[in-house]
Amino acid sequence: MMKFLLPLAAFLVLVAFLAVGLNRDPREVPSPLVGKPAPAFDVPQLAAPDKRFAAKDMQGKVWLLNVWASWCVSCRQEHPLLVELGKTGIVPIVGLDYKDQRADGLGWLRQHGDPYVLSAFDGDGRVGIDYGVYGVPETYVIDKAGTIRYKQIGPVTPEALEQKILPLVKELNK
Amino acid sequence: MMRTFLIALALLFGSAAFAKDAAPLAEDEAVEQRLNVIAEELRCLVCQNESLAGSRADLAQDLRREVRKLIKEGKTDAEVKDFMVSRYGDFVLYRPPMKPTTWLLWVGPFVLLIIGVIALIVYLRRRGRVVAQTGTDHLSAEQQQRAAALLSEEDKK
Repeated sequence: MMKFLLPLAAFLVLVAFLAVGLNRDPREVPSPLVGKPAPAFDVPQLAAPDKRFAAKDMQGKVWLLNVWASWCVSCRQEHPLLVELGKTGIVPIVGLDYKDQRADGLGWLRQHGDPYVLSAFDGDGRVGIDYGVYGVPETYVIDKAGTIRYKQIGPVTPEALEQKILPLVKELNK
Repeated sequence: MMRTFLIALALLFGSAAFAKDAAPLAEDEAVEQRLNVIAEELRCLVCQNESLAGSRADLAQDLRREVRKLIKEGKTDAEVKDFMVSRYGDFVLYRPPMKPTTWLLWVGPFVLLIIGVIALIVYLRRRGRVVAQTGTDHLSAEQQQRAAALLSEEDKK
């Protein structure tokens, strides 16, 4: 009996490991920034190049930082959802136009709608590097003290919004 | 005389123009060499099976630019790697560090090897005992007879 049980058990363990491994998305690298202070930055705004935006301007508020770009295809996927969220006014969304041309970024917002309180302009991608951005779009939930609480890699899905982002925002606003 | 002078002049300027064309790609050879050594050890986040040194992804180019800047600022290799890890996590290192969450990764293969060796030793010992009990040959008398019968049958054909 043992002769069959032992290899069978070993096989099942192997299957379990493979099943877990195959169902994980290798593109989703856990960010070491969650739980850490949001990196400081101070860059020009997209719509008004003479005005600046700094991360500390949002201190005292729970806010979302959404990294987007006009060249980013999957940004189109999440954008309607963000436009809707922007209308509700539940949480301010700051955009970070990442490695883009100013005119392209502005045109894109005109075409698809602008859910952002404002967009910061990160033309050379320097801010993106500090935030560990490697696949646009990425969205950060930042609390009142300026700590990153959550990072959504890839488009914000309705599920992620309903189950993770909104409950977290609600809790942080308490 | 004038002609020789002109030819010499042409050659001189010709070579000067040529030298400008073939200016080295990197401004600073030493920085570039260190960059390559460090970048070989780092994973490109966009195309995960490529190193930062080999990748042509946009982000990899930006990150090489950052690493180059850090090197010029006189940062050590460890500091450059910390810069990357603090942004992208241990995942960017091709050689993950030893810490509680990576112990299984580091010692796992050796644990499996030890389990295999133990299983082999147990199996060989058990077999040795069986052989010792029944003599060198562990077929019963009945089995030997049958084997002999089968073999002789084979011979007749």
